[in-house]
Amino acid sequence: MIRLEGISKSFAGKDGPVPALDGIDLSVARGEIFGIIGSSGAGKSTLVRLINLLERPTGGEVFVAGERVTDAKGERLRELRRSIGMVFQHFNLLSARTVAGNVAYPLELTGRYGKAEIAARVAALLARVGLSEHAHKYPRQLSGGQKQRVGIARALACEPQVLLCDEATSALDPQTTGAVLDLLRQINRDLGVTIVLITHEMDVIRRTCDRVAVLDRGRVVEEGPVTEVFLHPRHAATLRLVREAEPDGGWLDAAAAADLGGRTVRLTFTGPAAHKPILGRIARENAVDYGILAGRVGHIREAPYAQFIVSLAGRDVAGAIAGLRASGVDVELQGGDIPASPARIEERPRHVV
Amino acid sequence: MSFENIHWGDIGAALGQTLAMVGGALLLTVLVGLPLGILLFLTGRQQPFQAPVAYGGLSFVLNIIRSVPFIILLIVLMPVTILVTGTSLGIRGVIFPLVVGTSPFFARLVETALREVDRGIVEASLAMGASTTQTIFRAVLPEALPSLLAAVTVTAIVLVDYTAMSGAIGGGGLGDLAIRYGYHRFQTEIMLVCVAILIVFVQLIQASGNRLVAHFSRK
Repeated sequence: MIRLEGISKSFAGKDGPVPALDGIDLSVARGEIFGIIGSSGAGKSTLVRLINLLERPTGGEVFVAGERVTDAKGERLRELRRSIGMVFQHFNLLSARTVAGNVAYPLELTGRYGKAEIAARVAALLARVGLSEHAHKYPRQLSGGQKQRVGIARALACEPQVLLCDEATSALDPQTTGAVLDLLRQINRDLGVTIVLITHEMDVIRRTCDRVAVLDRGRVVEEGPVTEVFLHPRHAATLRLVREAEPDGGWLDAAAAADLGGRTVRLTFTGPAAHKPILGRIARENAVDYGILAGRVGHIREAPYAQFIVSLAGRDVAGAIAGLRASGVDVELQGGDIPASPARIEERPRHVV
Repeated sequence: MSFENIHWGDIGAALGQTLAMVGGALLLTVLVGLPLGILLFLTGRQQPFQAPVAYGGLSFVLNIIRSVPFIILLIVLMPVTILVTGTSLGIRGVIFPLVVGTSPFFARLVETALREVDRGIVEASLAMGASTTQTIFRAVLPEALPSLLAAVTVTAIVLVDYTAMSGAIGGGGLGDLAIRYGYHRFQTEIMLVCVAILIVFVQLIQASGNRLVAHFSRK
């Protein structure tokens, strides 16, 4: 649906151009929710603005729906932008217009719809975002969550194929954030709209996205399915972002792990394995004791996951590890040598992008 | 001092002239200054049609006009005024220099008002597929409406001030009356009445301006 090829972007600075993005290759599939995460200054806002050409790339090409749009101008550019809705962190609503007026705005711009048709469409959009009773209020009379719902209704007015969300929940409290993210997922499900979501919060990615790209200092340092990137972060920037989301959730630094006796492993339970009582049984079968050193449990979208760092000691540690792997548990050895065992233990293939 | 000698008819006529001058000049100032202000806004730094040379040039010209004291501008402009309106006297002769004098001021106020509109609103409008013209007329100007009304109010009051000065070169109006009778003929009471009327007039302009601004404020 969206493809960025070799994108670079620099801004004019006092001492020559300041690079903001460098060699970005990304592709977003039709109908998915794609997250772009990075700390502030990583270049994510610039990146998302390249998709609807609010920013022009210094180098590289932008494709939307298979069409090269990098230097679209005039009516072609406006048509492209109508097919891409955008939701902003600070809502950017027109304060002089009512809620209904704000949603009608993009429809009025096209000059293609009569008053009655606009009114009907606005009513349907407000019903979708649950703001029907507030149609005649002005934005200042609304709460932050309601304002963002107006922003979403407005972005959907021209029936876009793509919705860009630029930190759409960053100005909202946690509860409202949850409601807005649910609304975005519902829109994605019901309308099949492809969503590109920019955020600095790993939690937003975990709850909403199918795939994610991690942006650090203008480069994509890691990319993949959310399950993979969230549970097995490779790059330091990703690790930092995951830790921000879970300040004390299952992290053990290498030094602490080295001091422990036995074998330290990280077990990741996803899919069916997340619900089965596996650990105790396998420990018993192999006469192994285990201590849970750290852990985190939760959901990625609807899928449950559990991840523990466990120290294993006893008769057949290697056998226990093999047994866990056979039951669908992902086992990663934490430092040290691989213990001798009849069962061949494979290191997880390192997935580095 | 005696108020019996006042020709209220003269004062009424002078008030009518002042109203005509302020009203006419205000209308034309808005018609000239608003586009100039929009042009300043659009060509300014970090704006859609950023054009440093055009902006600098326009800015320079407006600053020159603004640096000339209005009373001098009136005299300097006389030949042009006669060329444009056929006379340099009376209401007709005064409205032209008034518009030249206040338009640059109003244009600056418009520029400031438009710049204060949240950039995010411009960005959102463009992202929704609006052209620059649509963004200016359907988003930026309506958002800036309260500030623009405040700018019109301030400009109207400046015009009241300027019309009084234009009395000095035969423009008519309350200021003219005050100077001719009050100053040249030592009829202080006429000056007092004229000044009192001007004070009330200015207060009324400011009060109605404030009410309009409040009425259209949605923030």
